[in-house]
Amino acid sequence: MANLKVLKNRIASVKSTRKITKAMQMVAAAKLRRAQEAAEMSRPYTERFNSVMASLASSAGGEGSPKLLSGTGSDQTHLLIVMTAERGLCGGFNGNIAKKVKAQAADLLSEGHTIKILTVGKKGRDAMKRDLGEYFVGHVDLTEVKRVGYDNAQGIARDVLARFDAEEFDIATIFYARFENVVVQHSTAQQIIPFKALDGAKTDGTLYDYEPSEEAILTDLLPRAVATQIFAALLENGASEQGARMSAMDNATRNAGEMIDKLTIQYNRSRQAVITNELIEIISGAEAL
Amino acid sequence: MADFTFDLVSPERRLAQMDATEVQIPGADGDMTAMAYHSPTITTLRPGILSVTHSGGVSEFVVSGGFAEITATGVSVLAEKAFLRSEAKQEHVDKLVSDATAAVDAAKQSGVDVDEAELALHHVSETVRTLLV
Repeated sequence: MANLKVLKNRIASVKSTRKITKAMQMVAAAKLRRAQEAAEMSRPYTERFNSVMASLASSAGGEGSPKLLSGTGSDQTHLLIVMTAERGLCGGFNGNIAKKVKAQAADLLSEGHTIKILTVGKKGRDAMKRDLGEYFVGHVDLTEVKRVGYDNAQGIARDVLARFDAEEFDIATIFYARFENVVVQHSTAQQIIPFKALDGAKTDGTLYDYEPSEEAILTDLLPRAVATQIFAALLENGASEQGARMSAMDNATRNAGEMIDKLTIQYNRSRQAVITNELIEIISGAEAL
Repeated sequence: MADFTFDLVSPERRLAQMDATEVQIPGADGDMTAMAYHSPTITTLRPGILSVTHSGGVSEFVVSGGFAEITATGVSVLAEKAFLRSEAKQEHVDKLVSDATAAVDAAKQSGVDVDEAELALHHVSETVRTLLV
């Protein structure tokens, strides 16, 4: 008898879980659309910026160019900027980024480099705290930010550049998940300091006049390039997070449905067994008379 | 008339994309006007007003920070902050001024690029003065 009651409660609880995951999936779908739009809107800027930067960097990269372009001349200290979500329940999203960072950190450490880690997003910080906690140098909290704007990226960039000026590191790499579609997100590592032209950034070979001068423009644009790349990564990450959450919640909803079916069958069977049992008792009692 | 396009993008969105006849740009070294067949030029922007002449009249934008890429067939402006002059709101202006002031304070504290930050603030206040007229 007690068994029936337990099953009934179990079914009710799984049903309410299914409701929650279904709702989360729909919220994620709506947010994903917005995040994708934001990422698309920023694309013209990023693409133009990168192509101009690529042509500038190829023509100006030489002796005496700014440190942000040519590097400090050493590759001893690496700053890993790890971007993850502020919230969990999005499948392997945070875990995958953290895994990639751990692998890279292990490689760098075994080669004798020093690493420093700047985390953006609480979940990545939590995931790495145990293994890499001693290397944390800072954290950017975006919990309160509803919609990531360029200002947020600029804030992070300012922090990173200040550290670079203070010679705290030589090479900075950002880790984020590049959005491909709802099911596929690639954990990506991208070097931002010293500036490295992205693969596929096209230079059409036009020779430009520069005003005021090539060097002045480069000095002006390099810090902006850092912010632009961080902004693009934040947006990609936002879309990836929602995509990952959407498919994780879709799976969860489906699993809950299967579980409810199984439990319902089990419930019906045991109810039938109880009834049969009672009948047998009554009949055998009647026969005994 | 030669094909000449004008493009204004900020990190968050594309603000304008249109055919134009001439574009007046607040360059770091002074204003310049670009028309079709201009020689390819890249210039940084100072905070100021950018005006575009097109078949429908003149559009004016307030821009701050960034650069313009001029080619024979068009101008693309990549501005960190940009909005239509006719849609300028108090909050936009306040933000421009407070950002520039903050930059000056930060520069003074760190002791680098103080002149540049002060120059930028000066340009911002010039722009704001023009807006008020």
